[in-house]
Amino acid sequence: MLNSEYKDDALKVYLSGEIDHNRAANIRTSIDARINALRPKTLELDFSKVTFMDSSGIGLIMGRYRSVGLVGGALKVTNVPPRIEKIIELSGISSLGVLG
Amino acid sequence: MNIQNEMHLKFLSKSSNESFARSAVAAFTLELDPTIAELADIKTAVSEAVTNAIVHGYRRESGMIYIDVRLTTERDVIIKIRDKGVGIEDVTQAMQPLYTTAKEEERAGLGFAVMQSFMDSVKVQSKPDKGTTVTLVKRIVALR
Repeated sequence: MLNSEYKDDALKVYLSGEIDHNRAANIRTSIDARINALRPKTLELDFSKVTFMDSSGIGLIMGRYRSVGLVGGALKVTNVPPRIEKIIELSGISSLGVLG
Repeated sequence: MNIQNEMHLKFLSKSSNESFARSAVAAFTLELDPTIAELADIKTAVSEAVTNAIVHGYRRESGMIYIDVRLTTERDVIIKIRDKGVGIEDVTQAMQPLYTTAKEEERAGLGFAVMQSFMDSVKVQSKPDKGTTVTLVKRIVALR
């Protein structure tokens, strides 16, 4: 139930709706399954359709930073909507250099 | 402090209730005419506190979570989120950014940092084996 595209070693995952503790576990499992099957050079998480996110989403981003790193890939976080900018800023994940 | 309205919720510590809890609290504050940003702040802080109750408070067995919301005539939203779970031994340590006891669940350890940054005040009372009460307060800016 997660839309994604894979092309030229790049995996793009479109996240949507509300990301909280309840949903994070399923999202994590399904992204990690794709990472392990495809071993992409880049993983892009597109946040444009995300309507709500709490710190579970930060855990999800940091966890994917690690899991794509384990297969030698890099993470990119894109299209962060204004409504979740505040929590992204607070988390300090910009220091990972993943925001694009 | 004059109470203008209040409501109480009691629900099982299931993670599928996180969405219900934050939406119900946010909807109740609407009579103070909050901005979209204020509503988002309240929803996020409530989500953090309820998730803490589920992930930490009731990590051994499930139980009930209690939320009391009071709206004051001074336009404060006062939200009490209470569990009767395992409690916190060292509240100061638990409130440190990045501190978490649930790394395997990918908890970022930012729950209290988010509550503190998104609300005007956060108070935590806890006793081991008795449970935890988190009190969140946010003043809704008067009509612009």
